[in-house]
Amino acid sequence: MTAPVSPLQAAPEADQPLLKIEGLCKSFFGVEVLHKVGFSLKAGRVLGLVGENGSGKSTTMNIIGGVHQKDAGQIQFDGVDYKPKGPRDAARQGIAFIHQELNLFRNLSIAENLFITEFPKLVPGLPFIDRAAARKRAAELLAAVDLDLSPSTLVNKLSQGERQLVEIAKALGAKAKVIIFDEPTTSLTTRETERLFDIINRLRAQGIAIIYISHILDDVMRICDDIVVLRDGHVVGSALKSDMTIERMISLMVGRSIDQLFPPRDYSAPKGEPVLEVSGVTQRGTVKDITFTVRAGEVLGISGLMGAGRSELARILFGIDPYSSGEIKVSGVPVVAPTPTVCMDHGMAFLTEDRRVEGLMMEAPIDNNIALSSLQKYAGGLGGFIDHGRLDGDVQKMSASVQISAKDIARTLVKNLSGGNQQKVVIGKWLLREPKIFILDEPTRGIDVGAKNEVYKIINSLAARGACILMISSEIEELVGMCDRIMVMAHGEIRATFDRGGFNREDILRAAMWDGNRSTAA
Amino acid sequence: MSGFRGKFSLLVLQNAPLLLFAVLVIVFGLMSDRFLTPINFVNIVNQASHIAIIAIGMTFVLLIAGIDLSVGANMYLSAAILGVFLVGMPPLVAFPVVALLGLAFGAVNAFMITQLRVAAFITTLATLFIGRGIALYFSGNKMVPFSKSVLAFGRATYLGVPSAIWVFAIVLIIALVVLKLTTFGRQVYAIGADPDAAAKAGINVKRVVFTVYCICGVCAAVGGLVSGSQVAVASSTFGFQKEFPVIAAAVLGGTSLFGGRGGVLGTVFGAVLIQTVENGLVMTNANPYIYPLVISVIIFIAVFTDSSRTTVLERLERRKIRVEPD
Repeated sequence: MTAPVSPLQAAPEADQPLLKIEGLCKSFFGVEVLHKVGFSLKAGRVLGLVGENGSGKSTTMNIIGGVHQKDAGQIQFDGVDYKPKGPRDAARQGIAFIHQELNLFRNLSIAENLFITEFPKLVPGLPFIDRAAARKRAAELLAAVDLDLSPSTLVNKLSQGERQLVEIAKALGAKAKVIIFDEPTTSLTTRETERLFDIINRLRAQGIAIIYISHILDDVMRICDDIVVLRDGHVVGSALKSDMTIERMISLMVGRSIDQLFPPRDYSAPKGEPVLEVSGVTQRGTVKDITFTVRAGEVLGISGLMGAGRSELARILFGIDPYSSGEIKVSGVPVVAPTPTVCMDHGMAFLTEDRRVEGLMMEAPIDNNIALSSLQKYAGGLGGFIDHGRLDGDVQKMSASVQISAKDIARTLVKNLSGGNQQKVVIGKWLLREPKIFILDEPTRGIDVGAKNEVYKIINSLAARGACILMISSEIEELVGMCDRIMVMAHGEIRATFDRGGFNREDILRAAMWDGNRSTAA
Repeated sequence: MSGFRGKFSLLVLQNAPLLLFAVLVIVFGLMSDRFLTPINFVNIVNQASHIAIIAIGMTFVLLIAGIDLSVGANMYLSAAILGVFLVGMPPLVAFPVVALLGLAFGAVNAFMITQLRVAAFITTLATLFIGRGIALYFSGNKMVPFSKSVLAFGRATYLGVPSAIWVFAIVLIIALVVLKLTTFGRQVYAIGADPDAAAKAGINVKRVVFTVYCICGVCAAVGGLVSGSQVAVASSTFGFQKEFPVIAAAVLGGTSLFGGRGGVLGTVFGAVLIQTVENGLVMTNANPYIYPLVISVIIFIAVFTDSSRTTVLERLERRKIRVEPD
């Protein structure tokens, strides 16, 4: 029973594409989102699909994965016409889709997740599950993705990277010939990403064809053989990796050449007074002896691996989590008994990592979201009624200044905006309060290159106006491009601080990889 | 040290219904010498049977994060149809017939929920009133007597065990097998955890949800017949407000109202716990008016411990970044 684990295709006619898409068109409500999209995928190759949000990547994949039906065009799969009736039909025909937000049931075991649609049966024809067989087959599939866990482990207990491997095992169990990955590395640690790439390389060697969608162009360059670039529903570029560069991908994606993804700022401009002073902040089990100062007009980056304590530090600074010793001062005034409200009164703003959960009311229009945190400023007089004239005017101005692209900010619901525009709404919301300290936790996660560039411009203009900015990011490139100084955290401590001019990717990474002197702690 | 305290409080919270049960048994045992007798315990389970049967069906519904408020109406309507139109059936025929009637009732709920996409709460609230209304109309607002053979069944014992407990045991075993050992059962849990993911994974969500409401309907009608065989007549209050103890039994037994967590064994325990309270109150000659009060307090405690357990779990599972020497 090893055969199902490795659907090893000898790929005799290796020149024949396994999946061939021609003239694919799709409209939603009269708006054309795909226009004659075509590309082909060969067995044993990895095809990178890149494009800004809304360029049609997801729609293309949803058609291949059977979620949507195409309006026009042809898809040939394994030499025959391919028209999936639904996700289940696509899976049965050998196309596995690993979604960004993984499709696993946390309350069930790994084995149950692997076989949730088709358990091995005790007696063929009867509905009873053969649990022993399910466990055995699950163990084989887990071995194929190097996951050393018992099949009866609850998915709840797994890390994000392990869950991804379970999804891959599921695809192998379904004897997938094509596996589609949608943004697989956004929530993985560096080590988990390496492991994922190892597995992808192995799948490629087994003759499985892979479509790899990602915003992280470095990853695309590393893992893919062929690259297809989409823009506004058109294929605007299609080449072998060797004929492609990151700069070229970016210029194809945005349609204009962003000669500088990171807009310039006058880094030599003298900085102002210290605004945020943190000294010796310590919380057992989280952070130790954190000391730094940020001046007006300065952008301080915080780098580190996932789990280094960056987000935890941000939460402490904003008064969400407690700290046991140390001191935080804003413009020389100690922050006493910090809570988010107190910190906001001190002029802090906090853009969280996960804007969907913590930052926005998804079902409300843009203007309500922008106004939300500042309502008090516009309420006055007896009874505290809101001065809607003044508020609406300011909200309009704000929305224009952060360049939210929407027809009517009073009608468009935030849930219908792209990730980039949502992030601008969050920024606008905070800006209306006129804060002097910005804590930005992964401000550009999951948004496309064009929107990133706009967010960077906003950050620069804030700094130019004298705000002090604390920017947490997992993309070293971004910190190098944007910051005056970069502070590197590992195991809850500050390991190194670099000044602009002394930035060096390798040194930053090395500081981030510090193992925390495990041996002495034990 | 804080870790130990956390784990201890979690242990207490996880077993809160059991502790509650132990405390109640001790208190009632001290207050009445008739309470702690084997006969009384069989009596409690016997009286809890119909609630347990209906609550088993409700557990399926709660597991997919649904709700069925119409179980009491289903009980009454099925009993009324049996008593008015299908008089004199022997139990062996009456049970399958009633089960089919309950299935039909459940299928109406299921149709409205899955096909017309009306929220389950509203759907079953409506069928609660519609069902009772139709039943009152059929019965001419009079008591509906159950047939002699059904009553004889209600009084009968097999191998010394009352018939109600037999029916209850059969329903429980079937439910356990279905939930644990069939693809359908595992898919119920999957849908409860995340219906969107379930659809994307290729599960036929509508069909599973439809089936679940049908199962609940069958259990409600069968539970109604068991109850009818014990009380002899279906008066106009037959099954009235049964949804309350039924949902309470499931929640007391650890089934989450948000779906995906729980099971029928816990539900059975919850049903027995509720019946124990009622029985104990009777044994200690408590004022009947405080029954609902006491039961509500117990349910509140159960729901409260459930949410505190979630909080404690979150705190315990918070990631540690630094390994600090103790």
